[in-house]
Parts: sequence; C-alpha cells; structure tokens
Amino acid sequence: MTRITTTFERLQAEGRSAFVTFVMAGDPDFDRSLEIVQGLPGAGADIIELGMPFTDPMADGPAIQLAGQRALEAGMTLDRTLELVRRFREGDSDTPIVLMGYYNPIYSKGVDRFLAEAGAAGVDGLIVVDLPPEEDEELCIPAQKAGLNFIRLATPTTDDRRLPRVLQNTSGFVYYVSITGITGSASANADAVAPEVARIRDASGLPVCVGFGIKTADSARDIASVADGAVVGSAIVSMVGDGKSTDEVLGFVRSLADGAHAA
Amino acid sequence: MASDMRNSFMTGPDERGRFGDFGGRFVSETLMPLILDLEAEYDRAKEDDSFWAEMDDLWKHYVGRPSPLYFAERLTEHFGGAKIYLKRDELNHTGAHKINNVLGQILLARRMGKTRIIAETGAGQHGVATATVCARFGLKCVVFMGATDVERQAPNVFRMKLLGAEVVPVTSGRGTLKDAMNEALRDWVTHVDETFYCIGTVAGPHPYPAMVRDFQSIIGKETKEQMQAREGRLPDSLVACIGGGSNAMGLFHPFLDDPSVRIIGVEAGGHGVDEKMEHAASLTGGRPGVLHGNRTYLLQDDDGQIIEGHSISAGLDYPGIGPEHAWLHDMGRVEYVSVTDTEALDAFQLSCRTEGIIPALEPSHALAHVTKIAPDLPSDHLLVMNMCGRGDKDIFTVAEALGVDMSS
Repeated sequence: MTRITTTFERLQAEGRSAFVTFVMAGDPDFDRSLEIVQGLPGAGADIIELGMPFTDPMADGPAIQLAGQRALEAGMTLDRTLELVRRFREGDSDTPIVLMGYYNPIYSKGVDRFLAEAGAAGVDGLIVVDLPPEEDEELCIPAQKAGLNFIRLATPTTDDRRLPRVLQNTSGFVYYVSITGITGSASANADAVAPEVARIRDASGLPVCVGFGIKTADSARDIASVADGAVVGSAIVSMVGDGKSTDEVLGFVRSLADGAHAA
Repeated sequence: MASDMRNSFMTGPDERGRFGDFGGRFVSETLMPLILDLEAEYDRAKEDDSFWAEMDDLWKHYVGRPSPLYFAERLTEHFGGAKIYLKRDELNHTGAHKINNVLGQILLARRMGKTRIIAETGAGQHGVATATVCARFGLKCVVFMGATDVERQAPNVFRMKLLGAEVVPVTSGRGTLKDAMNEALRDWVTHVDETFYCIGTVAGPHPYPAMVRDFQSIIGKETKEQMQAREGRLPDSLVACIGGGSNAMGLFHPFLDDPSVRIIGVEAGGHGVDEKMEHAASLTGGRPGVLHGNRTYLLQDDDGQIIEGHSISAGLDYPGIGPEHAWLHDMGRVEYVSVTDTEALDAFQLSCRTEGIIPALEPSHALAHVTKIAPDLPSDHLLVMNMCGRGDKDIFTVAEALGVDMSS
C-alpha cells in the first residue's frame, strides 16, 4: 500500500479523477524546482511525477528535452533528485511522488542502492520509459519487492495480445500514452482514448491515467472525464523554460487542475 | 573450440537478445511491438533461400561483391614483418561497407510492406548508403543527421539530397550522431505504421545487433574463402576499426571459433584515452550502461549521463559500441585497443603514398594499429585489415588537420 493507492481510493470516494503533474527535477535549478514542487499540491496536483534528468531522453519532445538540459546544466544528478524528494517530504507526507525517466542513471548508481535510497526519501513509484516488460528483471521486480510501485506505459501499439504482458507486473496505476509519438506533440482525443482506458482498466483492475498531448484546462477536463487521471507535463515545463515565476507556473497548474477536477 | 558448441562464440544472442549481460531490448513500449514484428520477419527471411538469393544478386551486380582481398605488397615491405592483406570494402558501391547491411534491411522493409525508411548518420556514409538503396527501390527516405555533422560533412549531405532523401538536421543535444539516433527513435515512435528504421551499426535493441552482424558477415565469409584460395589457410590475425562496430563484427564473426586467429578491434582514441574523456573508445575508457535500446560499454559520467565522444573521424564518434563487442571484450576473445587522431592521420597518409589508396579516417585507425604490430611479426604471419571505407569524404577534414587551406 503506497501513497498512490491511498490517493486513488480517496479520489474514488470523492468521485473525481486525479490531476497528475510532471515537472523536471532541478529545472531551472534545485531551489526553484523545489519551490515549484512544494507548491504543486496546493495548486491542485493530486500526484507529482518528477522527471529524472537524462542526456538522451529518447521518448521526449523538445519541451522536456530542454527541461532536462537546463537541470543538468544547473548541476542536477540522480542523488540531488532524491535529495529534492527528501526536502519535499519534510513538508508533505501525503502527495505521491513518482520518479520518471530513463534507466541508465539508475543502473549506473546501482539498482539496489537506488531503490533503498528512493524508498527512504519518500518516493512511491517509478516510471522508467526504456524498460518494457521484456526487461522486468532489471528494475521492475526489484522495485516491487522494495515496496515501490512500478508504473507501466501502455500505448496505442499495445494490442490485446500484448496487453496482459504489459500489465503483468504493473502496480499503482497504468499510464496510458494517448498518442503514438513523443511527449508534448499531438493533442489527445478523449473520444479515442475512452475505449482504450476502459479496456486497460478492465484488464488490470488498476486506475488508468492518460498523458502525452494534454495542454489545456479543457483537454484536461475532457480526458479526466473518461480516465482516472490526466497527466500534464510539457505545457508546465515550457512555462519554466519561458522563465515564468513560480507563482505564474503554479497559477497555470491551478487552472489545469480546475479543468481536470471539473470533469 | 569450434567442435564444442557450448564453448562457441558464434551462437549468440539468446532469445532475449543478450550476449552475456549485454544487448537486450531497452525501448519504450510504443516501439516494443515493432521490434517484435521485425524480429519475427527477420527470423522468417533468414531461413528463406529466396531472400538470400536476392541479396546475393544485388551484392554481386549492384554493390560489386565480392570485394577483393588484396595483398598490400608495399605496406608489407614498409613494415618488414607480417604479410599484410587489405579487405577492400572501400571499393563497394557508395564507398564503404555500410551498403552490405542497408540492402538486407531494405529488402526486409519491403517484405514488411513498409514505405518510409528512416536512418541516422554520423559521417554520412550510412545515410548515403540508405538513400542509395531507397532510390534503387523507390522508397521514401528520411535521414537524421546532427546539425554539427551536417556542417562538417557537406558533400555527403548533398549526395543524399541528390539521391532523393530528405536530410533532417538534428539540433537537440549537441547535434551529433547520438542525437541523430535519439531523433530517429522519436520519429519512429511517431510514425509507427509505415516506417522502417534502418540502423547503421551493430547496436540498438535486439534484433538489430544480430541482424546487422549477419548482413555484414559477408565480409568475413569472403575473407575466409579468399585467404584459403590464396594462401591455403586461415589468416593469423584480423584488424578492424570500431565505432559502433559493424565492419569489425562483419569481418570477425566467421572467425570467432577459429582459436588460432588473433582478432583485434581498434577504437578511436581521439586526443588520448584519459580522464579528460576526449575520445570515443567506449571499451577502453567507458563502463557498462544502457542507451539506444541495448546494454553495452558507454562513455558516461559518474551520474550515468552520456558523454559525447570525440574523434577526428565522424564515423567513430559515438559514445557506445555494439553489445556483441562488449561481450567479446569481457570474454577475452577479441582484443580491443585504441589509437589517437594523430596516429590515424599518419596512417592515412602512409596508405595514400605507399599503396595509392586514400582510406577513410575510420580504417586509418585500423592501419595505425597495424603500423604498431606488423614490424614485430614474422614474415609468414598473415594479417588482414579491413579497409572498410574510402577517404573521399574526409579530404577536407584531413586538409584542415594538416594545415592546408583548400578554399584558396
């Protein structure tokens, strides 16, 4: 039982969907990033996805690529990302934190060490883009054993034949990628997404959050009306990239959250 | 060794695409079904005589295979040691070994009904080969090339355009080969239905490392036959340069279970393999990690962030290496060494003046290592070096390095 499970149970009781925000750890620098993350729950975020910066983000569009570059240039590392989670937890013991990124920095640190430190820091789940079920022994299974949720991406190319394999070791929630493409590209279409969400929910018994291609309060509302959660990332990190203040970024997050919660 | 299959070096990868711990399928879920489809199609094609018959016909009449195994008499005299043979893959159509593999992948793409081919390229040789074969079969071709490389490899960019390809300059990251590969993967995720990703080296997610190796192994198979015909026996040593490692794997693979054959891979040492990391020698100066779909040796910092390689040769300038090389390195079957930019430049000039062959900067690295070992080997030692590409594309880089102004 992680904070993720508890959060979805609470939201279900309240009859609403989750609003999930993605920001890049250390973007534009450690202190500003911490300030933004600390403000997210107050701005309406139910779950926080925190990007672990990587030099080669193969599944990400320009907005998140640049966010990662800014963070790395400002000296961000995986250890500092865990430090950021620790600092966040000093003031918030309820909001789930999901670390999202690529495998190499974790592999480089050492899977066991990483899992121990992430758990101690207050991380609840992991999304690692370049670890499909075929590579579950690498991190997914050790993570479950360490008490962290391993959240898998399901995509439009995941057909019925393959879906059980994708869901097999998934926990917490399933992240449905609404488009074939990279983060922040084409817009998600709620009509097309609805049957996919139902299919995955039926097969997994887990909440299904939808991301990739949600940019406005309206689309957050549309997606949240058919899914258990809507994820917004690129639109938020673009504001950080445009040099907006923490208040402006959080104001935008608030407007998206209102959209998602209006569903 | 060859008689005992359990000790064979030629049976990999396993069903998970692993060579020991290396290789694998580290890709996003969107790509996973595509990679499984490709693997299934390749498994079918590989057992299909008509597939290989078409390959053989194109290799012979379009590429100009078999490439000669040439006795380099003047280099042999110059070194005064081993008998030097050059495997002349630089004489292939498009000027390098790259086309051996591209042909195979494009024939596969046609079997799969794919209409749009994407490729990454560094120096431009793989891009040119892909553009060429796409033109030959009337397929749409999009080549991703780092913006930095677009600038320093202008002639190849123009060649690709003449051949009808679209060249997309990649500005993300530092604008070099690894960024071009990231962008190609991003494109593939976006255009899953009609697109075939034609990878240029023995890296990437399974089945690419094995498939590209199989297509390039024509180099080693021919060498084995040609040496048998010429000298009546196996060569004593093989030397090839390594970026991702496809020309080397192609030459080495058919000899892996011949224990008498010493095999040496030569990485790009750039300004020298030291803590400054201004090189592209992943095995000599890197450590295992996961990038671009496979686990292999990578240039990376303490945090697991990837470090840009450096080499005077844009074709060796990649922070990783094929996973099978990583495994052969750890098993000790193949020796891996590195030579510097300066040593490669000297070898480049030696080849021009001694044999009348202007080599690419990539095989100049192999020759630089031959320079170090050949003089001390006996005169009956048969050494084969893979002359995997010709140097037309490199004359501007070499002129600059030698302080020659070609604009005046």
